[in-house]
Amino acid sequence: MKKTLKLLALAAALAVTGVAAASAETVKVGIAAEPYPPFTSPDANGNWEGWEIEFMKAVCAEAKLECVVTPVAWDGIIPALAAKKIDMIIGSMSITEERLKTIDFSDKYYNTPTGVIGTKGEDIKPTPEGLAGKTLGVQVSTVHQAYATKHFAPAGVEIKEYQTQDEANQDLAAGRLDAVQADAIALDAFLQSDQGKACCDYKGDVAQDVDVLGPGVGVGLRQGEAEFKDKINAAIQAIRENGTYDAFSKKYFDFDIYGG
Amino acid sequence: MSNETTHALAFSPQDLPKTESFFKPHRIVLIVLFVGLVLAIAIFMRWDWLPRYLPRLGNGILVSLAMLFSTSILGFLLAIPLGLVQVTGPWLLKGPARLFCTVIRGTPLLLQLWLLYYGLGSLFPQFPAIRQSFLWPYLREAWPYGVAALTISFAAYEGEVMRGAFAGVPQGELEAARAYGMRRWTMFRRIWLPRAVHRALPTLTGETVLQLKSTPLVATITVIDVYAVISKVRQETFLTYEPLILLALVYMCLTGLLVLAFRYFENRIPTRGA
Amino acid sequence: MDSFVNWSLLALSAPGWGGALLQGFLHSIEIALGGYALGLLLGISGAFGKLYGGPVLRDLLECYTTIVRAVPELVLILLLYYAGTDLLNQLLGLLGLGAVDISGLMAGIFVIGVVQGAYSTEVLRGAIRAVPAGQIEAARAYGMSPAKVLRRITLPAMLPYALPGLSNLWLIATKDTALLAVVGFAELTLVTRQAAGATKAYFLFFCAAGALYLALTLVSNAVIGVIERHARRGFVEQR
Repeated sequence: MKKTLKLLALAAALAVTGVAAASAETVKVGIAAEPYPPFTSPDANGNWEGWEIEFMKAVCAEAKLECVVTPVAWDGIIPALAAKKIDMIIGSMSITEERLKTIDFSDKYYNTPTGVIGTKGEDIKPTPEGLAGKTLGVQVSTVHQAYATKHFAPAGVEIKEYQTQDEANQDLAAGRLDAVQADAIALDAFLQSDQGKACCDYKGDVAQDVDVLGPGVGVGLRQGEAEFKDKINAAIQAIRENGTYDAFSKKYFDFDIYGG
Repeated sequence: MSNETTHALAFSPQDLPKTESFFKPHRIVLIVLFVGLVLAIAIFMRWDWLPRYLPRLGNGILVSLAMLFSTSILGFLLAIPLGLVQVTGPWLLKGPARLFCTVIRGTPLLLQLWLLYYGLGSLFPQFPAIRQSFLWPYLREAWPYGVAALTISFAAYEGEVMRGAFAGVPQGELEAARAYGMRRWTMFRRIWLPRAVHRALPTLTGETVLQLKSTPLVATITVIDVYAVISKVRQETFLTYEPLILLALVYMCLTGLLVLAFRYFENRIPTRGA
Repeated sequence: MDSFVNWSLLALSAPGWGGALLQGFLHSIEIALGGYALGLLLGISGAFGKLYGGPVLRDLLECYTTIVRAVPELVLILLLYYAGTDLLNQLLGLLGLGAVDISGLMAGIFVIGVVQGAYSTEVLRGAIRAVPAGQIEAARAYGMSPAKVLRRITLPAMLPYALPGLSNLWLIATKDTALLAVVGFAELTLVTRQAAGATKAYFLFFCAAGALYLALTLVSNAVIGVIERHARRGFVEQR
């Protein structure tokens, strides 16, 4: 019995020491804990890779920050930022008026069109009429969800919401969805996979609506941390100017992802 | 003290406070403090979103309850043969039944749910015939997978209980039935099954409460239950605590009502337990 | 048929995800162990509070166990994960200790521990009540201090009564860790989903993870059997 108690105490002590492992200097960069190629996706070693990870490394090197990738559930990423579980979000998060009420953003670091993919051979167009009567999948708390709710839902499109983009793609391949709306680049990555090639094709970009889709993707930051924000903005500008941004972008894309 | 009958100590009718002896001086102080806390939550936190979501919340609660009752009833019906074959069945049935219970009870429900929904879903493209079949309209939806996973889970846990209940019916009663010249089927129908179900009834409250607590998992496969509605509130309002507090409150009320209902029914069944 | 299941995806080193799965499995076990230990500590204090504490303490503990047992684990995990760590930091701030950096692992242990604590309070309270009062009175009559009575008499004597419930709780703890996938903690279920998403081999990975959980349960069952036989030695077989 004594032994058991000692073991218990030891386990508790071990648990407590786990608290203060990370040092105070490090910046925890929140990303969504899901495969989101080509921006962030886990490899078999448990490391995260992709364009956005390279972007993060470049920004952190430029701003002389010690960055640690911290995967969090996408639907809890803003609360995690507020609760200081993470210090910034580099997760393909679009800058929108809605989000600016709660968090702050750096300048944009990329901007891509929003597209719709669908089952091969089906007559689907990325317009309210072209999708009427169909089932459209979107990821929760994304600009795509907001867009679909505003433009497509009133036209009689059934909208299904998924925790991760990957699950929506999966259900499209399984035939449970007729179409998926998301970032054109992320959709393209899915269409390049064996599964994507087999099931679906690109149906086109949706009409622009800056109010909902926002001017682009920025680094999510807590409100009231102006100094930190300036630092990140300076770093983004610096890697844009010194060619680092273009250098790693070329590895992934054959066009300018920064957008106009 | 043995708890082998249920897989956890669920909230049960014995846990409800009795009205007599409830109001004591310290309790009144606690209640005042509690009311103060509730008022503070109501006043200082943001609740302006609530009216907008009320209809959807009501819908969500209905979906949760539908999930709960359909899967509990289906699961219980499945549990009876599962328990029975483990007691008397030939090894050809006994083995698989035992294996089924062990595997289901040994793995997390969330994993089973995802295996059913996404695992099966990933097989569909390889068998195009499935999409032509009459089942396809159902296979397209999310709720059948939720119902299947929850039913299987309930059946496995309650199957263990039924195994014990069947084994626990006194041999003498069965021998008496045989002495009366009952055939095996009659004996099963008239004596063994009713006695076993009676023995298992007290565990039903606990199992059903646990089942209620499992239902929010279906929100992870796009079923819009009350948990999913609250998730939507969280995402649209960027609030964390208020919706979750409300959700906890909703589940506490549901649990309380469920337990009260069971207490009512248990009191009406004269031969409770053995 | 061999193109149907691509076993090399489960290889332990890099192109295969076996290593990542095992890493996640290890995280799951760590959380289950930590959470279970924390739950036991809470449970022991809770049980004694409920049995011997004052009326206020008893009512508060009643609220704790009632709430935890009436609200789904998934909801509790979300609440505790966001609110719990927030509160802890504010508390530490009030005490002048400064914010602690709470790792995902720590938060997971905390969450599972709080949930387990409520259940083990109930299990242990029942077990302590099952210890014949005479034994505790005798210990008091020998002049043992309350702490000593607890350590030498009550805890060892109640153990056989508590074991079935406690082993059940351990099995629940191992399975509840899967719920942390919902908050994005890299335990087995989430790693499995990531692996499945990255490779599209959903069926294979979910089955592999299921096998790992099942193995943990079966090994635990075997160990529990040994412990129960050990603890029940000297008991007349009650049947």
